[in-house]
Amino acid sequence: MSERTLTIQVDHVTRIEGHGSIRVHTRDGRVEDLKLSITEAGRFFEHFTQGMLPHEVPWITGRICGICCVGHQLAATKAVEDALGLTVSAQTLRLRKALNESQFLQSHILHVFFLAVPDYVGVPSVLPLIQTHPDLVKRALALKRLANDYTAVLGGRALHPMANTLRGWRRLPEAAAVEAIRERLVAALPDLEETLRAVAALPLPDYERETEYVSLRHPDEYALYDGAIYSSDTGTTVPVRDYRQVTNEFTVPHSTAKWARWHRESYAVGALARVNNNFDQLHPEAQEAAEALGLRVPCHNPYLNNLAQVVEIVHCARHSIELLEEILEAGLEPEDIAYTPGPGHGYGATEVPRGTLFHEYRFDDEGRCRAANAVIPTSQNINNIERDMAAFVPHMLQHMSREELTLHLEMLLRAYDPCISCSVHMLDVEFCD
Amino acid sequence: MKPRIAFFDMASCEGCQLALLDCEDIFLDLLELVDIVEFREALSETSPRIDIAFIEGSIHREMDADRLRGIRARSRLLVALGACACNGNVQARSNLYSPAGNLGAVYGPGDRDRVQTDPEWWPLWAHTRVRPLRELVRVDYELRGCPMVKEEFLHLLKRLLLGSLPHTAAHAVCVECKQQGNECVFERGETCMGQITWAGCHAICISHGYRCDGCRGLLPDANLAAHRALMRARGLSEETIEDRYRLFCSHEIDRGRP
Repeated sequence: MSERTLTIQVDHVTRIEGHGSIRVHTRDGRVEDLKLSITEAGRFFEHFTQGMLPHEVPWITGRICGICCVGHQLAATKAVEDALGLTVSAQTLRLRKALNESQFLQSHILHVFFLAVPDYVGVPSVLPLIQTHPDLVKRALALKRLANDYTAVLGGRALHPMANTLRGWRRLPEAAAVEAIRERLVAALPDLEETLRAVAALPLPDYERETEYVSLRHPDEYALYDGAIYSSDTGTTVPVRDYRQVTNEFTVPHSTAKWARWHRESYAVGALARVNNNFDQLHPEAQEAAEALGLRVPCHNPYLNNLAQVVEIVHCARHSIELLEEILEAGLEPEDIAYTPGPGHGYGATEVPRGTLFHEYRFDDEGRCRAANAVIPTSQNINNIERDMAAFVPHMLQHMSREELTLHLEMLLRAYDPCISCSVHMLDVEFCD
Repeated sequence: MKPRIAFFDMASCEGCQLALLDCEDIFLDLLELVDIVEFREALSETSPRIDIAFIEGSIHREMDADRLRGIRARSRLLVALGACACNGNVQARSNLYSPAGNLGAVYGPGDRDRVQTDPEWWPLWAHTRVRPLRELVRVDYELRGCPMVKEEFLHLLKRLLLGSLPHTAAHAVCVECKQQGNECVFERGETCMGQITWAGCHAICISHGYRCDGCRGLLPDANLAAHRALMRARGLSEETIEDRYRLFCSHEIDRGRP
């Protein structure tokens, strides 16, 4: 590959979990116009990373998102390592997988129990649940705390961790602290069973729209940290370096987030896409959980993304217990993580709670970042969410009140877990009929 | 009546609000003491009167500036939550480029030009420049750091509920780093901004084998000339030093502070 002749289109990294609106126009029971609008202010990460040194890039681009900062760090780290030709040890790989799963636990627990469950119980937020469902809230808080501590033990803190970097760990976690997390995960399994039962009892809307499901796929494991890009439409994978052929980003006037499409008008990423695509590789206990929840693949009901998240909570808890055992058995040895900044162009992808995340960087001869691109899961999903809404609204109009319909559109958006903040206050449904 | 507190987010990663939810053990106790009138869970943003508004994020567009002024007008106290709100954090570095340059680089020249001429693409896309809250409204207290330190948040909230503000000593991360018993980063042969950065984080990054990049902002009396000399003595070029300051403190460098 000739470094000099390459041109990278620098695109917008946006965190769109802020503000937005939905606009629905109906006439005579038909939808005339429906827009899901994302109005978050841009922060231009892809532009201002220019000049940064390789190890600074994951540290800064992790700030794109406070909810999946670990995922952004990991995708950026992999892209930078790809650019510079750096390899990592088996120890580093195990620690990164564990770090990633800790964030899946954090994020999914928060989303399912604090943001989605209130809808299904019929209250406006988690606050009333403290009175009506104190056990559920306390269990969820305890699980959330465990997940946070898990990230902090590995990464140095739960948010924007700093212990991990290119090639490995600046300071390794204490074995005793890792063992304590493993024991707490084991002890939390019964709590997990309880919450599973609570979720299984929730009434979920019954709407289906088949779409293209996209996720990473790995030959040997349920793909979370690594894999190639798989499409349910073709049943084949493409390498991560060809991600632009997948995302095909385009802009629309009503959204500061870019939109995406691949083999058809839109596609979905996230927990449901992963469970649909890689069900057989889930931990056996997670497969059983799916059955207990009534989640059968392939599943085309986007509302059931919440159940897929619960299945992944079970998977990550069970798999983490095994992974932490492996880490402890292998022992934690300090490693030389020195590297020399230099030129290169690289790609990295990882699954994050909301879907597949892509990062790409180019460095000049002095190792300074000259081009950057990131495509986040929510910008891949927004197009699909709007199409779900357009498909469901005509049917909903037939038997739902305005309030019910509004709630169901909010729930649909939240089910995709677009990102924490928007999943709770992004919706401002405006009817023009 | 319990104090009415509210949380808002502007341009940020929203991690500081998340850090608040991470106060799991005291979250329920906290709710006994205050009424959270607006937060992520809130469906409406129109609480007419707020006792304490916590605002995360920096301001990039006039529509966001108007929103901030509106919040200020109905809040008794206003607290900047985290580095984005306090000093523009990492994204203040985008002020090195013109707004049109940023739009063009990220969205391409077509969209850049359309933003200037097509009313449908305006004002949603109209980016001016990154500003911390205090450039637009009166800020009663700043909780620094990326992310904010939740112990500092809880301490502040306790003081506010008691009717006072905490005293913040203007000392450097270096002081806390020595309290932690860390080997000095310069002794390791690397460079660090701990000498010129606001303390309060207990030097957490250095304690985990990294350096201080100054996410809490530059101290008002920081001797930048002396610090530059230290960095140069370690073999860093002027460009590298400038880039380092501009990782987290770009806005302060532009404003000529300290």
